[in-house]
Amino acid sequence: MMNLLKGLLAWVDARFPLVSTWKAHLSEYYAPKNFNFWYFFGGLALLVLVIQILSGIFLTMNYKPDALFAFTSVEYIMRDVQWGWLLRYIHSTGASMFFIVIYLHMFRGLMYGSYRKPRELLWIIGMIIYLALMGEAFMGYLLPWGQMSFWGAQVIVNLFSSVPFVGPDLAIMIRGDFVVSDITLNRFFALHVVAIPLVLVLIIVAHLVALHEVGSNNPDGVEIKKHKHNNGVPMDGVAFFPYMVVKDGVAAVAFLMVFSAVVFFAPDMGGYFLEYNNFVPANPMKTPEHIAPVWYFTPYYAILRAVPPMFGSQFPGVVAMGVATVIFFALPWLDRGPVKSIRYRGPIYKTFLAAFVVSFVGLGYLGLMPATPTYTLISRILAVVYFAFFFLMPWYTKIDACKPEPDRVTSK
Amino acid sequence: MTDKVDHSKRRMLIAATTAVGGVAVAGAGAPFVLSLQPSERAKAAGAPVEVDISSIEPGTMISIEWQGKPVWIVRRTPEMLALLVKHDDALVDPTSSVPQQPAYCDNATRSIKPEILVVLGVCTHLGCSPTFRPEVAPADLGAQWAGGWFCPCHGSRFDLAARVFKGVPAPTNLIIPPHMYLTETRLLIGDDDKSKLKGGQPADRGAAA
Repeated sequence: MMNLLKGLLAWVDARFPLVSTWKAHLSEYYAPKNFNFWYFFGGLALLVLVIQILSGIFLTMNYKPDALFAFTSVEYIMRDVQWGWLLRYIHSTGASMFFIVIYLHMFRGLMYGSYRKPRELLWIIGMIIYLALMGEAFMGYLLPWGQMSFWGAQVIVNLFSSVPFVGPDLAIMIRGDFVVSDITLNRFFALHVVAIPLVLVLIIVAHLVALHEVGSNNPDGVEIKKHKHNNGVPMDGVAFFPYMVVKDGVAAVAFLMVFSAVVFFAPDMGGYFLEYNNFVPANPMKTPEHIAPVWYFTPYYAILRAVPPMFGSQFPGVVAMGVATVIFFALPWLDRGPVKSIRYRGPIYKTFLAAFVVSFVGLGYLGLMPATPTYTLISRILAVVYFAFFFLMPWYTKIDACKPEPDRVTSK
Repeated sequence: MTDKVDHSKRRMLIAATTAVGGVAVAGAGAPFVLSLQPSERAKAAGAPVEVDISSIEPGTMISIEWQGKPVWIVRRTPEMLALLVKHDDALVDPTSSVPQQPAYCDNATRSIKPEILVVLGVCTHLGCSPTFRPEVAPADLGAQWAGGWFCPCHGSRFDLAARVFKGVPAPTNLIIPPHMYLTETRLLIGDDDKSKLKGGQPADRGAAA
């Protein structure tokens, strides 16, 4: 029996790089041994992707992308399809969990300088994944065809119409109609279910290939490839399979416990994961009393609202929102610090990073709230802090009093 | 036959092939991009709508659907019209200098008949539909409020001529759609070409923008 399997493997391996791929990416891919809590979230993001693809495929079997039937087909899934409520809640919870995991994954990169040379391209590919994920989430949110689906899409698509000259035509092209309509729903369905997931999977593969080319960063921000055994294995490296896989497995179990708790006990998460107004069918004639995007978009939304119209146009706010999103791409070149990890950074960087976190969370909260004059003022202050973190970075990372980096990774 | 590679010829051929191939890709891509434009059916849905306005009580409005968007028709009272001229300082564009209305509505009341206002109920900020608040000085909108519309999405305010107030996100007044009276009580929304009228009926419903 064993001989038969070995023979089969040899047959395959002569025709496909199976063993060499396994070795290159798993059993002989070495990750730093000092990984901590923050290094769980890349693997967890992959887990959520699988959950979303699986639950999404089964949802499409009963969902109807038609303005007349979309809302009722979701209710049909919730009430009549066997276990349909579970599939739907897994998918809706997965959307929010995806962003929680991705935001923590990105924050890890900020803390330990994972975007610095030689990982600039890895970071850029990751940012493209983040943007694709935002598009995916936005289009998916239209599909239940509730009030928030409709008016959220209405507001976001109208952002494009504020672009000078081409804006109105661009918005019509995105909607395929003069208003968000059945046509828009149908095309967002196609993009949400086919186009963007395909792109996402491709760029996630590219993200992993780039990661395995340069190797993982670690909480000390020093390169483990500098010190190798005679056999070429990094002294501070641990084989990804089986060691890191087992470690990530523990995180996956803990994560799934939290995930299940949300799915079973608080699937709408008090209106944050599923907004209450979205249980009302879309009505193009009436905007709900209070509309806000889902929580993962609210930091940017708060920045959009914080910028007053200039020259009779809303475009400056849209630009500020866009810049707030894509500014992350420039991080590898904005950071001039001599060290990568926060462990060896000086007090100035730590203060700026803390202020950035406060501004991001604070803007996220304000984006959920109605725009009162006080809240708008606070949003403006926090938006300035948000941009200061990036635009002052070349200056403050340079003058910061950093500690010397260790030669090799440290562990307690 | 020679083994020498003619690099300049090769470059020329690569450039020519790329250029011709690029044209082919752009040509083949055009139908895909154009399919994203509104379909004929979507364009036809923009046909004008006829409304009977005789049942609108003074001081109230009705909302009808035109091109998938709400159009409001308000019958303003003399008191409401009197209040319109009192807050020009607080408005961004009190004289409607931005062409958000047909020429025949470019007047103080932004309407054909002073009491009847026809306006597209879509906020010029990001497209929400503002809420009708005809009452004077309600608690939540402040003592200055003389009736108008309040947008729940981002707090834009409009008066009863659908003109935008200063200090709110909406940049311009609400849009007045093309419209005309077929009779004293029948309005046609979406078309104002009187030459098309034959015997009181719009002749070509599909031709309007």
